[in-house]
Amino acid sequence: MTSFYQTPEPAGFTGIRSWLITFDHKRIALLYLFSILFWFLLAVTLGGLIRLELMFPGKTVLGAQMYNSVFTLHGVIMIFLFIIPALPAIFGNFFLPIHIGAEDVYFPRLNLLSWYLYMAGGIVAIVSLFSDGFPDTGWTFYVPFSISTNTNVSTAVFAAFILGFSSMLTGLNFITTIHKMRAKTMGWLQLPLFTWSLYATAWVQLLATPVITITLVLVVVERLFNVGLFDPARGGDPILYQHLFWIYSHPAVYIMILPGMGVISEIIPVSARKSIFGYKAIVASSLAIAIAGSLVWAHHMYTSGMSDTAVFVFSLLTFVVAIPSAIKVFSWVATLYKGAIEMTPPLLFSLCFIYLFSVGGLTGLVLGAAGANIHVHDTHFVVAHFHFTMFGGTGFAFFAALHYWWPKMFGKMYDFKKAYIAAILVTVGFMLHYVPMFVLGLQGMPRRYYDYLPQYAAGNFFAGFGALFMIAGIGLMMVNLLTSLARERTAAADDPWGGVTLEWTIPSPPPLHNFAKDPEVMDYPYDFTKVAAVGPGAAPMDPETGK
Amino acid sequence: MTAHTDPTGKKLGMWLFLYTEIVLFGGLFVLYAVYFAGYTEDFIAGAKELDLFFGVVNTIILLISSFCVAAGVTAVQKAHYRIALAGLWGALACGAIFLVNKYIEWGHKFAHGIYPGSDRLVDGPGGQNLFFGLYFVTTGLHGLHIIIGMTLLAVSLVLVTRQKITPKNNAMLDNSGLYWHLVDLIWIFIFPLFYLVV
Repeated sequence: MTSFYQTPEPAGFTGIRSWLITFDHKRIALLYLFSILFWFLLAVTLGGLIRLELMFPGKTVLGAQMYNSVFTLHGVIMIFLFIIPALPAIFGNFFLPIHIGAEDVYFPRLNLLSWYLYMAGGIVAIVSLFSDGFPDTGWTFYVPFSISTNTNVSTAVFAAFILGFSSMLTGLNFITTIHKMRAKTMGWLQLPLFTWSLYATAWVQLLATPVITITLVLVVVERLFNVGLFDPARGGDPILYQHLFWIYSHPAVYIMILPGMGVISEIIPVSARKSIFGYKAIVASSLAIAIAGSLVWAHHMYTSGMSDTAVFVFSLLTFVVAIPSAIKVFSWVATLYKGAIEMTPPLLFSLCFIYLFSVGGLTGLVLGAAGANIHVHDTHFVVAHFHFTMFGGTGFAFFAALHYWWPKMFGKMYDFKKAYIAAILVTVGFMLHYVPMFVLGLQGMPRRYYDYLPQYAAGNFFAGFGALFMIAGIGLMMVNLLTSLARERTAAADDPWGGVTLEWTIPSPPPLHNFAKDPEVMDYPYDFTKVAAVGPGAAPMDPETGK
Repeated sequence: MTAHTDPTGKKLGMWLFLYTEIVLFGGLFVLYAVYFAGYTEDFIAGAKELDLFFGVVNTIILLISSFCVAAGVTAVQKAHYRIALAGLWGALACGAIFLVNKYIEWGHKFAHGIYPGSDRLVDGPGGQNLFFGLYFVTTGLHGLHIIIGMTLLAVSLVLVTRQKITPKNNAMLDNSGLYWHLVDLIWIFIFPLFYLVV
């Protein structure tokens, strides 16, 4: 059967141009994949520059103003252009319709529009670089600095505004798709967990994004018209800006992590040949994280000046979010228990995810406790914590998803040995990179500072050293995946991992109309009795022979 | 394979989008609530300066326009295209009158030295600066939504004229109508908050 790569092209729109007008969710997913990978690698490079600068005291490679712009750009790109869209826009677009037995998302044209908005946002961010200098505010655009600085904050904020729109429309599209386009025989509790996590994410995207939209609009209004809504000299309150900003941006953290958790929930049962432990508990915890995660925003503001009651309430609520997250971690571990585990690159990344994310989550409790928070607020401890959750969490889930679904998306299998080496390099580098930052933070080194006292030199040096391994690992991973696309590499089987969700029942890569005939929906999405009957090790294919 | 046969999804999508619009304005209402609690006296003084006449007229105009849109949507369902067109033209006219009114009203304020960053506001009490700041931001954003809504209605009007919108295929008109009702509804909140708080 011909794959979606060979779909008929309308006259005048051949080759690349046929991709730019496509409404096919799989092609749009690939457009996202390559544009997001571009931004990711750019932001990794910028992050490397920051660490190189901080490796030695004093000026190393960047000037102070340049350093401020680089960490702002690193944050803006990683948050708005990579972590938030990566999993939903790439893998959600590609696999959500297939998971529910549908031909496409409900609004295919809106889907393409979302991609164009994404690209427009990225381009506007770049434009702001070349006019008056990129903003030096950090990705949070805190007032009053963001209103008074002369750099190009308005353009960068506008870029974030467009990207927010893109993310919101994707969420809207997914909710409608899941509600209206499920296969007729598929009930809610037959949805794969990745789809469930996208559903929870989409609601958070929809509920929270308009708040950041209005907040960013207000920053632009303040800069253009000087209204004074956040200016204390004119009666305004800058703390209100922080509230509005975090009402979106804390839930956004769960927009980032929930799809990642969904990916892990797919890979673990498949690798263990065992039904996932606590399917309903995982579904419920996704929704619980979405709800509880929306109520904790002010834990970013313990030191900004809030009533003690507010600090207490937000601290308590922050602890509550740990419960559903722990339910997921325990469920994954329980799934592996007594499973017939087959080690594969996606599983290795998933295991690293579980470890790194757990560290990130537990250090989150340190920050959620108001007393400890006041000691480590705005230090490198915070930097280490959120990199453990966002990079160790979402980033590793993204790597796992890449390795898990790559054969299905491209019909090619990559080299396992290189993938393992890359995974180990990234993980070891990660630990070397971020663990010293925990120590630095506890010692009191502030985040975002350009220079530091001599007692922080050793920690910063080790962190920079770890970054080297990490970047080498990411480079190896990308080379390994991309070279697999060369023609002579091995073709992938339809079901290389022994998965049972619907995407593994169709050819690799999938045909244009995902299903030739109505898909057969299983009563329970993780029923491995048929696969297990063949015996563990029988289903996954040998990367050397492709059999 | 699930074919694209379920038109209710289009409305579901629109309702979800409308929700985001409410939250967008919700951010401004939160600012209003916080500053009103802090500067009640200044807000009352500010409200007294706004011209109630324009506010009332604009409210009535929007209510009439909503009726026109609703009549248009119903008429299309019954295939009474001429009534539908009349309704849509009526709504567009109301939208235009609303914008003209707003223009005159803002012009009066500007003439009295009330505009963002003006000497009178900057040197005056902080609460009044915030009141008028919120007034201009909120009504400005609302005016922008009126323009978007009018665009949607105009597109629907052209589609009705060309017989592209029919009783069986009226999602575009339905959704434009929903959007217009939302813009109207938001004004129903803006009006008492800014004009009637005395």
